[in-house]
Amino acid sequence: MATAVATHAHPPTSTGLDHRKIAIWAFIGSECMLFASLISTYLIYKGRSVVGPFPHEACDPPKCATHLHAILNIPVTSVSTFVLLMSSLAMVLALAAVENRGKPGYEGIMGSSKLWLLVTAILGTTFLGFQAYEFTSFVHEGLTIRTNLFGSSFFTLTGFHGAHVTAGVLWLVTLLAIDMKRGLGPKDAILVDISALYWHFVDVVWIAIFTLVYLIH
Amino acid sequence: MADQFTHTNADIDVHAMGEMHEHPTWKQYKWVALILTLITVGEVWLYYIPSFVASAAFVPVLLILSAAKFAIVVLFYMHLKYDHKIFRGLFTGPLIIAMATLVSLLFLFGHLSIGS
Amino acid sequence: MATAAVSPAYAHAGASEKSGVWSWLTTVDHKRIGALYLYTALAWFAIGGTEALIMRIQLQGPNGHVVSADTFNQLFTMHGTTMIFLVVMPLSAAFFNFLIPLQIGARDVAFPRLNAFSYWVYLFGSLFMNSSWLLGMAPNGGWFGYAPLTTMAYAPGLNIDFWMLGLQILGISSLAAAFNFITTIINMRAPGMNLMRMPMFTWMAFVVQFLLVLAFPVITIALVFLQFDRFFGTNFYTMTAGADPLLWQHLFWIFGHPEVYILILPAFGLVSEILPTFSSKPIFGYPVMVYSGILIAFLGFGVWAHHMFAVGMGPIADSVFSVTTMLIAIPTGVKIFNWIFTMWGGNLRFTVAMKFAISLVALFTIGGISGVMHASPPADLQQTDTYFIVAHFHYVLVAGSLMGLWGGIYYYFPKITGRKLSESIGNWHFWLTFIGVNLTFMPMHWSGLYGMPRRIYTYDAGQGWHIFNLMSSIGAYIQAVGVIIGFWNLFRSRKNGEIAGDDPWGAPTLEWSIPSPPPEYNFAVIPTVTSRYPLWDVKSPQLTAEVPHSKHGDERNDVQVGGKHVAAFHDHLSAGTPEGGINPNAKQASTKVPLKTAEQLGIPMPFPTIKPLFVALFMTFMFGSLILIHKDKTDLAITGVLVFAAAMTASLYLWLTSPLEPNHT
Ligand code: HEM
Ligand SMILES: [Cu+2]
Repeated sequence: MATAVATHAHPPTSTGLDHRKIAIWAFIGSECMLFASLISTYLIYKGRSVVGPFPHEACDPPKCATHLHAILNIPVTSVSTFVLLMSSLAMVLALAAVENRGKPGYEGIMGSSKLWLLVTAILGTTFLGFQAYEFTSFVHEGLTIRTNLFGSSFFTLTGFHGAHVTAGVLWLVTLLAIDMKRGLGPKDAILVDISALYWHFVDVVWIAIFTLVYLIH
Repeated sequence: MADQFTHTNADIDVHAMGEMHEHPTWKQYKWVALILTLITVGEVWLYYIPSFVASAAFVPVLLILSAAKFAIVVLFYMHLKYDHKIFRGLFTGPLIIAMATLVSLLFLFGHLSIGS
Repeated sequence: MATAAVSPAYAHAGASEKSGVWSWLTTVDHKRIGALYLYTALAWFAIGGTEALIMRIQLQGPNGHVVSADTFNQLFTMHGTTMIFLVVMPLSAAFFNFLIPLQIGARDVAFPRLNAFSYWVYLFGSLFMNSSWLLGMAPNGGWFGYAPLTTMAYAPGLNIDFWMLGLQILGISSLAAAFNFITTIINMRAPGMNLMRMPMFTWMAFVVQFLLVLAFPVITIALVFLQFDRFFGTNFYTMTAGADPLLWQHLFWIFGHPEVYILILPAFGLVSEILPTFSSKPIFGYPVMVYSGILIAFLGFGVWAHHMFAVGMGPIADSVFSVTTMLIAIPTGVKIFNWIFTMWGGNLRFTVAMKFAISLVALFTIGGISGVMHASPPADLQQTDTYFIVAHFHYVLVAGSLMGLWGGIYYYFPKITGRKLSESIGNWHFWLTFIGVNLTFMPMHWSGLYGMPRRIYTYDAGQGWHIFNLMSSIGAYIQAVGVIIGFWNLFRSRKNGEIAGDDPWGAPTLEWSIPSPPPEYNFAVIPTVTSRYPLWDVKSPQLTAEVPHSKHGDERNDVQVGGKHVAAFHDHLSAGTPEGGINPNAKQASTKVPLKTAEQLGIPMPFPTIKPLFVALFMTFMFGSLILIHKDKTDLAITGVLVFAAAMTASLYLWLTSPLEPNHT
C-alpha cells in the first residue's frame, strides 16, 4: 500500500514515462506553431516583393535594373535535403545502438553509438555547410535579408531552421562527448531518445520547407 | 549531461509499464530511408517536368508527397506509431492547430479562395 | 497577536539555514518560487496601478495636462503590458507553482530547476522592460504594439526596443514554465489521481499551459520580425517594400486572443475551488466544467480576427469570426451557470475569498456580455477603439481575473504562510474594490458609446464625456484605497494573522491535508487518491454522498489517503504526536511540534542551486545588448550578444551536468 511506496525513492511517474520525453514532445508541439508562423509569413509574402531577385522567376529590366535570374538552386538544395534525411537514419541507428547495447545483432558497427552519433552530427554539419554556401551565393547574386520581402522572409525562415540544426549538432556533439567519456548504455537511452526526437522534428520541418519554399511555385 | 536533469526511477521497469514497445530495427529503418529518398527523388523529378508543373495537379501532388514524407518520419523515426498515445496527442493536437492557422491565414491574405 | 504565535506555526529542523537571501536566490522549491512570483507580481501591480492612477488623474476632467501626450502613451502602454504580462500572468503562475504539485499529490514539479529559471527570467525581463522608465523611454506603442507604427520609420526611439525585447524575454519564461507544468500534471499525479479526479484549478492550469505553448511561439515570431526590421533593416512591416499592414495584427491576435484565456482561466480555476468549499457542495457538473474549459481553449484559436473587424477583411471573414466568437460565449456561459448551481441551495459562508469569487461570477458576466456585443461586426464598428472596449476588457480582466486572483490569495494565503488574512480588513479591501471597480469601469461603457476614443491623452469639454470620466477617476481612487488596504492586510497577516491549521476552510482537496505551510517535501507519504474530494470523503462524507465519481463510496470508512486517514499521515510523523486518526478540529494540535525533515524521512530533495539564475541573467543581458545597436554601438552590441550567449551556454552546461539531488539509489 501507500506506505510501501515509502520514502526512499521518488514515486513512479503517473504514466510510467520519463518526464523529459513528455516535455520534449510538448516542446515539439510548440515548435509546430513557431514554424507555422514563419512558413505562413513566407507564403503570405510570396509574389509580393516589389524588386528582384525572385525565387522562381527571372527579373528583367525595366522591373529590375539588370537581369536577375531565378535564385533558388534546386539541385544543391535537393542534395542537402537528402543529406538531412540520411542524418535522420543515422540518428535512429544511434538510438538503436544505445537502447540495445550488448544485445545480439548489435555488435560491431550496428552497435556503435559513437559512430552513428558522429555520422549524424557530420551530416547535420554538412547540411549547414550547404546552407552557408546557399546564403553566400544568394548574397553574391544580390539577395540579402534586406533586399525585398522574399529575402526577408526566406532568410528568416531558413535561418531559423538552420539555427535549430545548429543547436541539434551541439546537442549531438555533447552526447558524443559523454559517450566517449563514459559510454552510453540502455539506461541513457532517454538522453539519446529526446535528442533524436528533436533532430527528426527539425528534419520534418525541412521536409515541409523544401516542398513549400523550394519546389512549389 | 542531462541525465540528472530530473528523477528517473531505477525501481520502475519502464518496459513493463509499456513505455517502449519494441522499436523497429535496422531492417525497417533502411526501408524507411529508401522510401524517403525515392519520394524526394520523385518530387524533384516532377519539378523538372514543365507540363506537369503547369498542370493543376502539381501543387496537390507535391503537397501529398511531402505530407507522406512528414508522416513517415514522424511515425517511424520518431516512433509515434509505437509509442504511448500521450505523445501522439501532444504532437497531433498542436500540429492540427498550426496547420489550421496556416490555412486560415492564407485565406485571409487572399492566397486561397473559396470557389474560383 | 500573541507573541507566542509569532514563531512559525511549525518549524522544521533546518529552518534556520533555509532562510536568508541566498536561500531565496538558490531555491528550487515550487512553493518558494510560487511565493516569489506572488510578491514580485504584487510589486508590479503597485507600479502598474500607479500608472493607471496618473492616467485617471489626467482624464478626470476636460483638458487635463498633468502629463504630456508622449508620457501618456508610455503610461497606457506600460500599464497594459505590466498588468497583463507582469501581474495577471505571474499571479496565475504563483498559483500554478504553489498549487499544482500540492493538488495532484506531488513533491515538486517535474523540473524544479527549470522552474526557478522561469521565475528569474520573469524577474529580469520585467526589470529590463521597466528600466526604460529610467531613460524616459518607456514603450509607447500600446500593449499590442501595432506594426508598422512600431517600426523605425514611425518609432525611432528606444521605447519599442525595450518593449519587444522585454516581451521576448518574458515569453521564454512562460514557455519554460508551461513545458514544466504540462509534464508535471501528466506525469506526477499521485496514485489514483486520474484526470477526472483532478481539482478544477489544476485542470484549468493544465489547459492554460497548452494555450501558452501554442500562443507564445506566434508572438515570438512576430516580435522576431519586428526586431529584424528595427535592427537589421528587413522588410516584414515595410509597406513600401510591399509588406502587408495586417501581418502584425494577425500574428499578434493569433497570440492575443488565446492570451486573454490565459489570463482568465486560472482565475476561473481558483473560483471553482473557492465556491464549492464555501458552499459546502461539490462543484456542479464537474465534467462539463472540464470540457467547457477545454472547448474555450480550443475555440480560442479560431476567433482572433474579431479584434480586426474594423480593418475591412470582407464579409466572409467577418462572418466566420463573428460566429466563432459568439460560439465561444457558450462554454463560457456554461461555466457561469455551473458556478451559480454550485452555490444554489448550498450552505454559503461569506468569507472574503467567497465574496471575491462571487463577484467574479457576477462581474465577469458583464464583461462577457459586452464581448458578445462586439462580436457582431456592425456593432463593433461603433464600439471598436472607444472606451466601450476599455470597459469590456476591464470587466473581464479586473472584475474577472483580478477578483478571482484576490479570492485565491485570501483562500490560499493560510496554506502559503500558515496564517489567515484578516477577514475584517479583508472586508474593507473587498468592498472598496468592488465599488471602485464598478464605479471605474461601468461609466466607460457610456463614455465609449458617446464616442470617446481609447488612448487619447486629453479631451475637450462639451462632448458629454466629462461626468463619466469623473466617475471613472473617483472609482479608480477608491480602488487604490482598496488595494492599499489589501496590501496592508497581506503585510500584517504574514506575521500576525490567525494561525490557520491544516484545513482552515473545510476544503475537499489534497493540499488541505498537509500542514500549513507545507514542509518542503509536501507529502511525507504520497497519498493514494480514491475520489475527487478526498478530504470530504473522510471528514464530511455527507457532502460527497451524491458525487458519482467518488466511486469507492462503500469503502469510505477506510479511505486511503496517504495510506492512513487523511491528516493522519502527517501527524503521526511529527515527533511526539500520538499516531492516530484525524482530528479536524485540532487546529493547532501538532503545530508546535517540529515536522520531520526530508532528510529524516529519507526523501531526496533537489539541491538548491544558483545556476538557473545565472542562465536567466545572462540571457536577459544577451537580449538587452541588442539595445546598443540603436545607440550606434553595433560592435559593442554584437560583442555583448556573443559574450552573454557564451556565458549563458556555459552556465546551462554547468546546470545540466550537476546532479539535481543526492543520489538515493
Ligand atoms: C465571452 C467571451 C468574450 C468575447 C465574446 C470577447 C470579445 C471581444 C471582442 C470582439 C473584442 C474586440 C473589440 C474591439 O477591439 O473592437 C474584445 C477585446 C478584448 N477582450 Fe474580449 N471577449 C471575451 C472575453 C474576454 C476575456 C475573458 C478577456 C480577458 C481576460 C478579454 C480581453 C479582451 C481584451 C484585453 C480586449 C482588448 C484588446 C485590445 O484591443 O487591446 N475578453 N473582446
Ligand atoms: Cu479576443
